[in-house]
Amino acid sequence: MALAQQVSDATEERIASLSMPEGGFTAAARADALARVRQMGLPGRRDEYWKFTRPDTLVQAGAPKAALFDPKEAPVFDTVDRLRIVFVDGVFDKEASDDLTLEGLTIERLADVSDRDIHWAKDAYGAIEATVHDPVQRPLAALNTAFAQDGVLIHVTGKVSKPVNISYMHRSETSDAYLHHVIRMDEGSEMTLLENGPAAARFSKVLEIDVADGAKFHHIRTQGRDHERRAMSCIFGRLGRESEFKSFTLTANGVMTRNECVLTLTGDDAIAHVAGACLGDGDFHHDDTVFVTHDAERCESRQVFKKVLRNGATGVFQGKILVQPGAQKTDGYQISQSLLLDGDSQFLAKPELEIYADDVACSHGSTSGAIDEDSLFYLRARGVPEAQAINMLVLAFLAEAVDEIENEEISDEILGRLSDWLERRID
Amino acid sequence: MLEIKNLEVKLEEEDKQILKGVNLSIESGSVHAIMGPNGSGKSTLSYVLSGREGYEVIGGEAHLDGEDILELEPEERAAAGLFLAFQYPVEIPGVGNMTFLRTALNAQRAARGEDEMSAADFLKLVREKAKSLKIDGDMLKRPVNVGFSGGEKKRNEILQMALLEPKMCILDETDSGLDVDAMKLVSEGVNALRNEGRSFLVITHYQRLLDHIKPDVVHIMYDGRIIKSGGPDLALEVENNGYADLLAEVG
Ligand SMILES: Nc1ncnc2c1ncn2[C@@H]1O[C@H](COP(=O)(O)OP(=O)(O)OP(=O)(O)O)[C@@H](O)[C@H]1O
Ligand SMILES: [Mg+2]
Repeated sequence: MALAQQVSDATEERIASLSMPEGGFTAAARADALARVRQMGLPGRRDEYWKFTRPDTLVQAGAPKAALFDPKEAPVFDTVDRLRIVFVDGVFDKEASDDLTLEGLTIERLADVSDRDIHWAKDAYGAIEATVHDPVQRPLAALNTAFAQDGVLIHVTGKVSKPVNISYMHRSETSDAYLHHVIRMDEGSEMTLLENGPAAARFSKVLEIDVADGAKFHHIRTQGRDHERRAMSCIFGRLGRESEFKSFTLTANGVMTRNECVLTLTGDDAIAHVAGACLGDGDFHHDDTVFVTHDAERCESRQVFKKVLRNGATGVFQGKILVQPGAQKTDGYQISQSLLLDGDSQFLAKPELEIYADDVACSHGSTSGAIDEDSLFYLRARGVPEAQAINMLVLAFLAEAVDEIENEEISDEILGRLSDWLERRID
Repeated sequence: MLEIKNLEVKLEEEDKQILKGVNLSIESGSVHAIMGPNGSGKSTLSYVLSGREGYEVIGGEAHLDGEDILELEPEERAAAGLFLAFQYPVEIPGVGNMTFLRTALNAQRAARGEDEMSAADFLKLVREKAKSLKIDGDMLKRPVNVGFSGGEKKRNEILQMALLEPKMCILDETDSGLDVDAMKLVSEGVNALRNEGRSFLVITHYQRLLDHIKPDVVHIMYDGRIIKSGGPDLALEVENNGYADLLAEVG
């Protein structure tokens, strides 16, 4: 079907503003992705999948200006022993990064190897992204595949002893960064990926990850507190037999964030957990869009999303569990909850279950509520000042999502940040 | 210690008056008990004194050691030394009991200009107080009151009281839901806190608690007023005869 003229004009305008790296092993994938973008057209306000989140500022040519922000704190994960890879406004910072060697994996930069014709990532770059457009289209992800300037390619062969930390920094008010990461995990391998920081005025990121049989991938990320930054991130994962995928995201501030996570459980007995905690204050829009497909037996998936909103902040959750025919004994769980600290804020949720197998246990729930007055009074009657009591209840509300982090050192770090950010809020 | 004069209170949302002129004067170091039929306004009095929302004071006053407490925020009343052991302690999922106790203690210390208690000192203090109330480590670790039995919740209230060392303690039906042994434990906990500088207002339906915690004065509340006050014998009278005779007597 031909695209409406308006959509195709906007799409062409956007494409014209970007430059595609030439040649090398990604060339074919980039060309295919560009064709997909042209065929789908970039999202507009009328798109059903963008009903709650306006795509305009993510689609327009050129990033809206985003003021820089001084977080006045040590970077998240600073105390964790990790391998650090730093990108400033989407540009690799060699000085600030560690040496990229670590036992159990190889790390290469996309920009470093992209002129090669032969590379393990040739079959992987854009491969999962190409499969995520049915039943809903994700043209911004295809646009990323076509135009990504850099990223990291990680091949995990063993059990990695310490986390890899991709740390993003935002130092230009108009930066428009496109990064595309590919992770291939061999059978039985294990790694933890940490991501933190605001990345750019506008950031587009795709992470494609293939978790082979028995492999374990743990992912913990924080998205920067810069008020005016925008981000569109996609995690596309394929899970093999008895594999494990666990991802947690903490978001605070940010005028616009859309985090998509699309996972397919293709091998029996796989486990996929996706969780998010977010603090929204003021001009803040945060969207979690999750799509988990069960295509094998006895798999378990969990989606746990908690949002605390105030001063006109908006939270969105679109989450789906799709159970394919034959995916018997599926155990699917999904919960999305918001805590509205005032009457101005809103939470828009679209939880969905679509089940084509008969022997499954799936549940989903979505709630929106205010601070419990009885709890608040109880704390205050014991002498806890109101603001502190509210923070305690906010932390308690977010705890279920933070509990999804298995590594205690990291979950302590996240909880510490959370309470710190709660106290400081705006600055 | 606590002076309540002609306190009149209505519900904020409804045109319904609950307290219709309560007068009560509790001297330092004394124990007063309030008895009274269901719905007579006992809990309302305790909530209004501790600053819960939803009530409107339409007349009268309440002073704690000369300070007008009705103007204060709930946390300021707590810091001033007022404590309410709730009739229905609140469950707070996600907040650990230990964190709760420590935050409360340190908040009150901060309000009084004292330093925070160190984690080690706090742990020692809690363990010691918890032990005498037979509160085990597991109850301290769990979220506040979540999954606690009725009696465990009440013991947890007394633990908080023992830690915070308030000077004016209001116990709202702390005996309900307690088995015989727990009643003894709780009473011992209360009695251990009795001293010259601390007063108690014990709300109860049963004389039994007052066998353990001997009151100096017993008041009978009915329809938002204290209709009779007397010595410990008044409680016995209620226990034996119910409220009918008393009500007839005062008209
Ligand atoms: N928030 C409220 N909304 C409606 N009615 C209320 C509210 N609070 C109190 N009341 C009413 O006020 C009256 C007094 O209630 P209160 O709880 O103070 O009684 P009480 O003496 O403590 O009773 P009990 O012995 O049963 O605990 C009751 O009729 C009760 O229904
Ligand atoms: Mg009552």
